[in-house]
Amino acid sequence: MNAIISIKDVSKTYASGHVALKTVNLDIEEREIFALLGPNGAGKTTLISIICGIVNPTSGNITVDGRDIARDYRTVRAMIGLVPQELSTDMFETVWATVSFSRGLFGKPSNPAYVEKVLRDLSLWDKRDSRIMTLSGGMKRRVLIAKALAHEPRILFLDEPTAGVDVELRKDMWEIVRGLRNSGVTVILTTHYIEEAEEMADRVGVITNGELILVQDKVELMRKLGKKQLVLDLQKPISAIPAALASYALELAPGGGALTFTYDTQADRTGITALLNDMREAGIGFKDLATHQSSLEDIFVDLVRQSQ
Amino acid sequence: MNLTAVRAIYAFEMHRWGRTLLQSIVSPVLSTSLYFIVFGAAIGSRISQIDGVPYGAFIVPGLVMLMLLTESTSNAAFGIYFPRFTGTIYELLSAPISPFEIALGYVGAAATKSVILGLIILATASLFVPLRIAHPVWMIAFLLLTAVTFSLFGFIIGIWADGFEKLQVVPMLILTPLTFLGGTFYSINMLPEPWHTVTLFNPIVYLISGFRWSFYEISDVNVGISLAMTLSFLTLCLVVIWWIFRTGYRIKA
Repeated sequence: MNAIISIKDVSKTYASGHVALKTVNLDIEEREIFALLGPNGAGKTTLISIICGIVNPTSGNITVDGRDIARDYRTVRAMIGLVPQELSTDMFETVWATVSFSRGLFGKPSNPAYVEKVLRDLSLWDKRDSRIMTLSGGMKRRVLIAKALAHEPRILFLDEPTAGVDVELRKDMWEIVRGLRNSGVTVILTTHYIEEAEEMADRVGVITNGELILVQDKVELMRKLGKKQLVLDLQKPISAIPAALASYALELAPGGGALTFTYDTQADRTGITALLNDMREAGIGFKDLATHQSSLEDIFVDLVRQSQ
Repeated sequence: MNLTAVRAIYAFEMHRWGRTLLQSIVSPVLSTSLYFIVFGAAIGSRISQIDGVPYGAFIVPGLVMLMLLTESTSNAAFGIYFPRFTGTIYELLSAPISPFEIALGYVGAAATKSVILGLIILATASLFVPLRIAHPVWMIAFLLLTAVTFSLFGFIIGIWADGFEKLQVVPMLILTPLTFLGGTFYSINMLPEPWHTVTLFNPIVYLISGFRWSFYEISDVNVGISLAMTLSFLTLCLVVIWWIFRTGYRIKA
């Protein structure tokens, strides 16, 4: 894999004195979906804005496809599409006019067939002659994506693409993003919806307080930090965990009707067999069992809490 | 040079103009024409000629200048302020386009609109007053130069403004009074001292005087000085715009 975007020691302190980014280093690989995950105000938008040329970094270097974003801004920016977080549109213009304008602005010769394809892919074709102000919020979001795709970018930034979007549209959006990746586009999205990162991303970066505290392959991250829990519904409630089972990481549910065993999926031996044996010897029977794997959300909350 | 992008901005701005035809063409043409009707056709015959030019015809260059200054300024100011206001400026900033090209697109469109408006108003004026253009080439040159200069000025205002009110303040409270007092309706030579000297500090006097010279070959100040003043203001605006983009003032954090 080649790094298509390489961020080196980038920091940003706004004129107000607010430190939005401490030192950030990050490589984005070609054709991956990278999710930048973090709470509001963590620095996600600032980082994206710096790469796209909207905000100047205080220090550091960024290269895109090996080219410096400041020195080679024409080549670099022509490769990048940006879907901003805010629904900022030319509300009096039609969908067709605004998307065609974006293509021209990025220096591409007019190509009605391509614009038509983009609009069809985003289910906007029927709305091509509608003024943007008459569209719903979800449709406006699609228009912004169409604008960002109008110049056939190789890299697409989606800043909170599904903020305020209903469930159905969110699923559509995920489909669109997957389709883009399959067509060879590198996608970087920011989100504070963990399920979004969990659903789509190949890799996840967790950012909080202007610091990238972790960058990892999503599956690996979930495996490494993921804890599994075994919940045993007991046949008869018990008042306390018997001494014979004291060595296990057990938790007794209020009421004594269930035992929760937390174990590490990475360990060679999970201890489940031994636990079940010891329970039988102690005369504790169970009527049902369930396992539960911690989600990215749990991992994320843990990480952010630790870093604070 | 990303000419495709400049053309896109230019076409976008011209299209915006076409969408608001009533407000952007009819309204300035009508309000300026009212002066010709009142001062030219109606009471102009009761006012004596100035430097051998009938009063109705005398005021035409000044009125065209008034319209040119206010329209260029507010058009260009609105053109760049609106994307800042709605947030669509993100796209301009992230596009593979230099600041100079952004300014070229917006200023070019605003200046084009003003020149077209100026020509429409001149055509309208010729219906009501005896218009004579002694130096058509110079007339067009002054028209273009003023339109470009004040579109650049408007662009600066549009970047400086942080509310719709400020967009209006400069054309209404500065340009309009200065134009009225800058010899639109009279020759400044008619003023007693010290007002004559005071008026010479009004930069718009030079614009109107030069423009009027291209029509009737009469001027309050030397034409060369008029031209020099216009060019200096043009240069000043260019320097300010260069500074704005270099520092990212009000556009880039």
